[in-house]
Amino acid sequence: MLRRIAGALLLLWLVLTITFALIRLAPGDPATFLVPPSATPADAARIRAELGLDQSIWVQYARWAAGVLHGDLGESFSLQQPVTRVLADALPVSIGLGAASLALTFIIGVPIGMLQAARRGRPLDRALTILTTFVYAAPSFWLALALIAVFTYGAAAWGLPAAVRLPAFGLHAPGVQLQGRAAFVDLLRHAVLPVSILAAVGAAGIARYARSSVADVLSHEFVRTARAKGASAARVYFRHVLATVLPALVVLFALSLPGLVAGSIFVEAVFAWPGMGRLMVNAIIARDYPLVMGAAAVYAAVVVFANLAGDAALPLVDPRRRA
Amino acid sequence: MKHAFAWRLENVATGMLVVLATAAVLVPMLSRQDPLGIGDVLALRLVPPLSRDAHGVFHLLGTDRFGRDLFVRMMLAGRISLAVGVVGSVFASAAGTTIGAIAAWTGGIVDRVLMALADALLALPRLVLLLVCTTLWRPGLATVVVVLVFTGWMGVARLVRAELLGTRSQPYVDAARALGASPMRLLWRHALPNSLGPAIVATTLGVGNAILLESGLSFLGMGIQPPRPSWGNMIAGGRDLIVVAPWVAIAPGLALIVTVLACTLLGDSLRDRLAGEAGATLRDRA
Repeated sequence: MLRRIAGALLLLWLVLTITFALIRLAPGDPATFLVPPSATPADAARIRAELGLDQSIWVQYARWAAGVLHGDLGESFSLQQPVTRVLADALPVSIGLGAASLALTFIIGVPIGMLQAARRGRPLDRALTILTTFVYAAPSFWLALALIAVFTYGAAAWGLPAAVRLPAFGLHAPGVQLQGRAAFVDLLRHAVLPVSILAAVGAAGIARYARSSVADVLSHEFVRTARAKGASAARVYFRHVLATVLPALVVLFALSLPGLVAGSIFVEAVFAWPGMGRLMVNAIIARDYPLVMGAAAVYAAVVVFANLAGDAALPLVDPRRRA
Repeated sequence: MKHAFAWRLENVATGMLVVLATAAVLVPMLSRQDPLGIGDVLALRLVPPLSRDAHGVFHLLGTDRFGRDLFVRMMLAGRISLAVGVVGSVFASAAGTTIGAIAAWTGGIVDRVLMALADALLALPRLVLLLVCTTLWRPGLATVVVVLVFTGWMGVARLVRAELLGTRSQPYVDAARALGASPMRLLWRHALPNSLGPAIVATTLGVGNAILLESGLSFLGMGIQPPRPSWGNMIAGGRDLIVVAPWVAIAPGLALIVTVLACTLLGDSLRDRLAGEAGATLRDRA
């Protein structure tokens, strides 16, 4: 396990170095974005010196690396705040969005896949196959626009009850200070559309995967044995089949994170959620190198450690992997 | 029964792609509409689908905010999206196959460095990597393709390497080696052709994925730049019109879904067939 953790940290370092190299090799000069057009060349040179952009790339790398080891990701060019503070503000939003969606993804996706496998080849299976492939193929930003059209504008125009008129932008209702329960309900209402989109797209992928792996398990002889000895359908599916596919699902849990990250970038962009995705997009547009690096570091860390956690969790669900 | 179903879906998917590609080539060529130019905006803008504009011209899918025919624009965008998807995915796979083959066949430090690089790039979600790359260079068609290749080779490289390591110990490779074939010939004539199955499946599935990524980048304004249409930037253009003129965003979205759906179905059935063949060989051997 220690070896694995060391390997993960090394990988993370490699990712950051590659990102650093990529960003510094690009032709664009961030100073041109930061220096006002009226500034004299001397002013421009001073700004570049302040940001350390006049140093050689090796000096910049060494400085950046030393900073990272001290937990200092530098200062955002565009927001003039420490990157760690900016990230700390944005991260909880994305973690909340991601965690809720990921949980729903599995709660919805796995049963659908099992149902399909149990009814393989029948009309229900085909209908669900078409549905899941459709949702899987649909871009999340388009689904987001479609849901906003229906539940935000449509629901208001058609006079639907307030419960299904959902807000589409931001985290809170603007202009009102809500307290306690009301504030929580308001947050939940704002979360319904973004979370459903991410969960739907994720669940479609998981269902597609669960269908084939459950169908695979169903053809094994131990399932026939279980049925022959009179186990109920529920017991066959939950005790025998689910236990067999669980390790694969744990691995999938870790593997589905990058997709979730990608989805959340679009969803945050459309719904104007102040999370990591929007931060990253804005930082890239502003050529805010330290912030882009910081955001990339967070994403890489999430993926690397999710894989590590998946590896660590495998023996818990798969007795064959216990040493 | 199950086989017949898969078989039919596969034909439907191929058919959809052929129709779409043909329409994408022919429609902008045969149409008298100008998909890029902006004319009499006030008279022509936001004409609903299946109706005639103030000049009496029929618009199958209506017009956008600048009065341009949506159907023609959508088909022109289809050319770009399909080309970007196919080229991006095929070149990424070619790069991946080359790198995977080099890693498997040289082994040692080269193998370890290449695989560490692949792992490192895989550790960043592809969209994040794409976003970082696209904005480093001037956004546009060429950048999107280059970046898709740069961020898409790792999976195939791992697949090809793993397959090659398996194939390397097959009796027929040993036989060829015993007959004095050079390592290059072993790789090119014997091992590689028998190791490409999973890579081909990954490429097919990759086309849909590449189209989705391109449209996503274009939606965020970092991919194909207007006035050149792409399904992604067309959806972005319809974003604030979803109440007044929902068709502007709906039409390109449906085109996108149908295309990606077809690529996914095609890739799935290819994979099932490949798995079936592998299963059959295993059973024969047993």
